[in-house]
Amino acid sequence: MSSGGERAGAVRCWVRAGWAWLRALSGDDAYERYRSHHAACHGGARLMGRGEFYAQQQRRKWSGISRCC
Amino acid sequence: MLKKLVGVLLAVGGAFAVGGIALHRHEPINALWIVTAAVCVYLLGYRLYAAWIASRVLAVDASRATPAERLNNGRDFLPTHRAIVFGHHFAAIAGPGPLVGPTLAAQFGYLPGTLWILVGAVFGGCVQDMTILLLSTRRDGRSLGQMARDEFGPVGGFAALIGTLLIMVILSAVLSLVIVNVMKHSPWASSTVLATIPAAIIVGLYLRIWRPGRVLEGTVLGVVLILIALIGGGWLDHQPQLRALFDYSSLQLAAFVIAYGFLAAILPVWLLLAPRDYLSTFLKLGTVILLAIAIVITHPQIKMPAVTGFVDGSGPLFGGKVFPFVFITIACGAISGFHALIASGTSPKLISSERDVRLVGYGSMALESFVAIMALIAATLLDPGVFFAINAGAGVVGATPEAAVHTISGWGFPVTVEQMRDLANSMGEQTLFARTGGAPSLAVGMASIFGSTFGKGLLALWYHFAIMFEAVFLLATLDAGTRVGRFMVQDLLGRAWEPLGRTSWYPSVLFSSAVIVGAWGYFLYIGVIDPNGGVNILWPLFGISNQMLAAIALSIATGILVKSGKARYALVTLVPLAWLAVVTSTAAWQKITSADPRIGLFAAANDLALKLAAGALSPERAAVAPQLIFNQRLDAWLAMLFTAILWFVILDMARISIRRLRGLAVPASSEAPYRPSRLQSAAVQGAS
Repeated sequence: MSSGGERAGAVRCWVRAGWAWLRALSGDDAYERYRSHHAACHGGARLMGRGEFYAQQQRRKWSGISRCC
Repeated sequence: MLKKLVGVLLAVGGAFAVGGIALHRHEPINALWIVTAAVCVYLLGYRLYAAWIASRVLAVDASRATPAERLNNGRDFLPTHRAIVFGHHFAAIAGPGPLVGPTLAAQFGYLPGTLWILVGAVFGGCVQDMTILLLSTRRDGRSLGQMARDEFGPVGGFAALIGTLLIMVILSAVLSLVIVNVMKHSPWASSTVLATIPAAIIVGLYLRIWRPGRVLEGTVLGVVLILIALIGGGWLDHQPQLRALFDYSSLQLAAFVIAYGFLAAILPVWLLLAPRDYLSTFLKLGTVILLAIAIVITHPQIKMPAVTGFVDGSGPLFGGKVFPFVFITIACGAISGFHALIASGTSPKLISSERDVRLVGYGSMALESFVAIMALIAATLLDPGVFFAINAGAGVVGATPEAAVHTISGWGFPVTVEQMRDLANSMGEQTLFARTGGAPSLAVGMASIFGSTFGKGLLALWYHFAIMFEAVFLLATLDAGTRVGRFMVQDLLGRAWEPLGRTSWYPSVLFSSAVIVGAWGYFLYIGVIDPNGGVNILWPLFGISNQMLAAIALSIATGILVKSGKARYALVTLVPLAWLAVVTSTAAWQKITSADPRIGLFAAANDLALKLAAGALSPERAAVAPQLIFNQRLDAWLAMLFTAILWFVILDMARISIRRLRGLAVPASSEAPYRPSRLQSAAVQGAS
């Protein structure tokens, strides 16, 4: 492979990693993480839908101290 | 070898920059010196002190499974990459505190604040955050109050709960007062800030109903909406009829903020609180990065002297000498007890390896401290006369522009009515006199920096962008603080009558929300009617309460270190604890006993009572005097209560520590037993 192709591949890799980091940091991928954990550990139990999961996640997050002065 | 070389370069660079700051006493200094000194000091602290504490004092063990691994439930307990935990933790600890405190402390000059921010962070705040984070990680992510209860007994835990609740009240009051001062008689600011509420609700509906959980999409939508609101506010400001609709007095705004706080506490979180937080976090991180870049590009000159004459206690923003008040005024940015609540909240449940506590705990606090340094730079690059004209209350410098510039110029900081008028015009405001609270002068400073970097023509837009950024930020903290305060009130009331403790029982929700909003709303109202601006009383009280909480956190850390047989290393938390105990107690003592009415709360109350009795007050001042007198006495009692809680916890910790050192029985350690981590061995195997 040419060095230009390698560079493009490396850039793609960085962009993908940056996007994944941004999604994880913002919580955009929280439902996917929950779904894969559910599939791995609680296969038989009911899986929450996206909306239900989001509402529950927000309720839990804001029941404790999550923002500071 | 390379690492050593970098270390030496950092040490030399840092020493050079700190020396430069300290010796440049009689000529203007460039902000780049301060930035360089700060970065070198943080990196040295992180590479040397934090590494030593992590390995020797805390005995961080990467082979030990963290609660995120052991209790992984795919939701709140979840092993997470350290860069992401760092981002989460920083976003959680970085509030408006490090922006407001350093701005107020700039009345002493740039040097006292800078030195305290750097030294306090490296030896105090960062150490506290990292230590509490590790202790909580070792205890399944338990909260500070639970750790106090487990390790010292129920009384210490109860004191921590009461202390935290009181801080919530004072914090919410002072933040709402800052918001009111930002928006009063500023239609552009008011309309923009008001528009952020429907914007947040639209985002809330988007994230809950239209595209559930698509946080990034929702955030982009929200940011576009509030930027439209910002530009729309500028347009509205030039329409005389519309303008009048958004021109509010302080009292009207206070009523609005109180109603808003109540709604935010009782509405479902997904509708208002959560989407506002997404917008606030995005704006916060974006603006902090933009400010850092702009400061490096423009490297402005600092115009405030290194040390002003106000170190003697005669300062116009708040009364009191540089010791102890600079250490009280700047809490967040140097050391903040509130961080201990975050470090024992969400973050320990995400840590995937104990090794990460250095980056997450120490590193995040160092970055927060850097934000405080930037706020200090933004405040001190203004002409000192302008800085004081914006930040000093009408009760101190005089109610008319002419009287204010006369008083301020008399202090040796020349400023003219024309200069202030031109500045207000360029920022798109009618006046900037007596906009106390720190936020408006910070916005002027930020607008100057952004204007120099990205084009002077947009100064008014930058000013209102900075105002909106601060207001969104302040409201987000107010929302969250009120809601948590409501839960704490319910927790306390539930001990008296069980149904009141049910967080889903609506009468209890309404009652406890009214209690907490009423409590901070009262202090807000008093702050608004106070001719001196109110911030001069509330901010020191907030500082005392926040430092009290830091001292509680450091007491818990010290006690646990002693209990776990690490007494010889306990100095790392004991020294900052001793310093905070001295500073907080001295400040509280002066606030209670000083005969100077600008410092002593009882003295101020008595002084006002005498003037009222002698008929020496104007009718407007006489009308509010009885409430101010009552409030000053109440504040004095609160300062006493904070000090009592502080010493109570310290003595309780000392009692347990002495018992442990004498070999007597103490409550058993609540540390979770060691279990080997599979994540670490999997990572090692993956790497080999």
